[in-house]
Amino acid sequence: MRLRRAWAFTVGLIAILAAGPPAAAEMIYHRGNNADPETLDQHKTSTVYEANILRDLYEGLVVYDPAAKLVPGVAESWELSDDGRTYSFRLRADAKWSNGDPVNAGDFVYSLRRIMMPETGAKYANVLYPIANAEKVHAGELATTDLGVAALDDRTLEITLEVPTPFFLELLTHQTGLPVHPPSVETHGPEFVRPGNMVSNGAYVLEAFVPNAQMKLTKNPEFHDAAAVSIDTVYYYPTEDRSAALRRFQAGELHSNNDAPVEQVAWMKKNLGDRFRVAPYLGIYYYAVNTSKPPLSDPRVRLALSMVIDREFLAEEIWGGTMVAGYSFVPPGIANYGEPAIASYRDMGMIDREEAAVALLVEAGFGPDNPLEIEIRYNTSENHKNTALAIANMWQPLGVEASLLNSDTATHYAVLRDKGDYDVARAGWIADYNDPQNFLFMVESDNDGFNYANYANPDYDALMDRAAAETDLEKRAELLLEAETIFMRDLPFIPLLYYGSLSLVSDKLEGWQDNIQNVHATRWMAIRE
Amino acid sequence: MLSYALRRLIGAIPTLFIIVTVAFFLIRVAPGGPFHLERPLDPQVMENLLRVYHLDKPLWQQFLLYLGNLLRGDFGPSFVYRDFSVGDLLGSGLPVSMQLGGAALLLAFILGTTLGSLAARHQKRPGDYGVMAAAMIGITIPNFVMAPVLTLLFALTLDWLPAGGWGEGALANKLLPIFTLALPQIAVIARLTRGSMIEVLRSNHVRTARAYGLPGHVVVIGHALRGALLPVVSYLGPAAAALITGSVVIETIFGIPGVGRYFVQGALNRDYTLVMGTVVMIATFVVLFNLIVDLIYALLDPRVRYDK
Repeated sequence: MRLRRAWAFTVGLIAILAAGPPAAAEMIYHRGNNADPETLDQHKTSTVYEANILRDLYEGLVVYDPAAKLVPGVAESWELSDDGRTYSFRLRADAKWSNGDPVNAGDFVYSLRRIMMPETGAKYANVLYPIANAEKVHAGELATTDLGVAALDDRTLEITLEVPTPFFLELLTHQTGLPVHPPSVETHGPEFVRPGNMVSNGAYVLEAFVPNAQMKLTKNPEFHDAAAVSIDTVYYYPTEDRSAALRRFQAGELHSNNDAPVEQVAWMKKNLGDRFRVAPYLGIYYYAVNTSKPPLSDPRVRLALSMVIDREFLAEEIWGGTMVAGYSFVPPGIANYGEPAIASYRDMGMIDREEAAVALLVEAGFGPDNPLEIEIRYNTSENHKNTALAIANMWQPLGVEASLLNSDTATHYAVLRDKGDYDVARAGWIADYNDPQNFLFMVESDNDGFNYANYANPDYDALMDRAAAETDLEKRAELLLEAETIFMRDLPFIPLLYYGSLSLVSDKLEGWQDNIQNVHATRWMAIRE
Repeated sequence: MLSYALRRLIGAIPTLFIIVTVAFFLIRVAPGGPFHLERPLDPQVMENLLRVYHLDKPLWQQFLLYLGNLLRGDFGPSFVYRDFSVGDLLGSGLPVSMQLGGAALLLAFILGTTLGSLAARHQKRPGDYGVMAAAMIGITIPNFVMAPVLTLLFALTLDWLPAGGWGEGALANKLLPIFTLALPQIAVIARLTRGSMIEVLRSNHVRTARAYGLPGHVVVIGHALRGALLPVVSYLGPAAAALITGSVVIETIFGIPGVGRYFVQGALNRDYTLVMGTVVMIATFVVLFNLIVDLIYALLDPRVRYDK
């Protein structure tokens, strides 16, 4: 008997000692990210979903703070030369890769050369074309060593630009500006993105990735700001079905989701309160008009068509208040710009607008005995369809006979890209960087990839060229405003709505700030149960 | 029977070749390409990408390249999921879809045949009507309605099961998808079983068994079921192929990492190699399952003979 009791006591003691001190609770963040990344190679990337993940894994020269303001990242300070063409970045001394290697200027030189290498097949190489010789290197006309980047020493990186580019620092926040770890790329080739091979310099490292299921990121102890990072583990889920994501959010399985089902906006506003967020987003929803096809080649016709569209109705009734009526092509609130060129008829009553529009059409030779026939193309989606139907309805008083044609996204954009036959086509554009040039450049006459409208206006091109060469930000803004005014007069694209970003944010998630770029790096957040 | 099976398998090879060829050229008829998506690409970037993926070569050259790789078991890289080859994607997704599909098939078979047999035995009585009404509901309500309803009930209201996600393969995450997948199949199998069972119950050998005084359930299970299962087995061949290669709707709603979504996503993204991979995969499964169905026929019905 005595022996058994002693034995039980000993076992109990060992158990208690082995358990150790109570472990600090691990902070785990379950994050819905809408879609799987197409790739984790920052040089091949193109979508926002990848950007969110890469922003947690890597740190660039500059980063966004929670309010989407530019703050130092790996670069602790920088200087711009007097001619505005050369940036000199001073890198921080304590920046490290997750395997302990220091992050030095040579890593950035390697990375920037790699994205410009034709063999890499970079989808967004053009974001960094402002770097001297970048375009030629990417076309294979020059060697990568001709690229305007140089490491003066381990902690000093020099980047030379083609022309002074005031928004260059914003460009560096794009995921294409993130560095890769050169030894990993050299050793593993394209496989460097796999968990176990990947070496990153951001707040997190990639621990596991099951395509279509989830991605697990864990805290990077070598990160220079690791002490300030609260969340230990973040799971990224590809939540393609927005309604299913909403159910998972309600069940408490997701702390946040990057989108919400637009059809349930009214319900979410009523029942979720502050957990459902709508924030302004730098993007424009518009109808591209084929200006090379009569009668749409007549600017009076385009103006008439634009005037009678009740954008407030579209924003409130069709999009449930998740979009904002757009009367300029550049959304308000953008950096390096003042008030955009607002259409003069925004404050006119609808009846007056209709009268003026009918008068314009009559002048252009159209009326009830000579009706305008227009086909509206859009890519398959309930809201695009409803928007097109509403607009067709609004054009009826003008005597326009509108027909609708929908196709899947790939076909829709193929027609636009390949200069196919279309009248009016729905399109959308989310800014890559916070500058009006990223909107206005689309209709420059030599911009083959984006100029769906086939718009060619030498005055417009001249203004854009002058703005590109102007170093004084205020004068530049004036030139861009002149260009936008021409745009709003000619309407190669008819702007309809400014985008809003939708998010589901749990009460337990701290540090999520709504911002115009919709960037929310995990390092700034915490979970409070 | 073995030689029969071998002959069938070898005969499937030309079929597969024709399917691969037709699919290869057909997907390229659709306008657009893998790089024509919502964000327009800079023309230089596009030109470069086409070159990297050999999409700038003449079509017949691309076809021969693809065939050569296919014969070596290489399905090619995915044009859209650029870190993975098609083999990787299908290889990681297929086991998941097979787990769900296989379990759903089993559940549907067991429940369906049981319910159908019960309905047949109690023909024209309340039990029969009840089962058939439930079956009608199961067939008509689409799974994209069933899935959210079941999620609302079991996950949000009762909080018994997770609302979605794969959860690294936990059982709780599989229950709702399996059940939602199985429901319409249970309904169809129940109706099929009931119909053929009623017929079989009238046949001579069953009447003989009854005349011997065998109890009801022995008659049904031991004597009638084999014959009644023939139409069910015919139905199950293609149904099994479809179930096991994943349901797009279920996998999207529940966030399951199966291969189902690749069918739709591949086509919409014009991810040529992924589409080809899924086509080859499902064609193989259909051929295989049709063969298995025919072999099971021979097992169930001794009158069927394949060897001349």
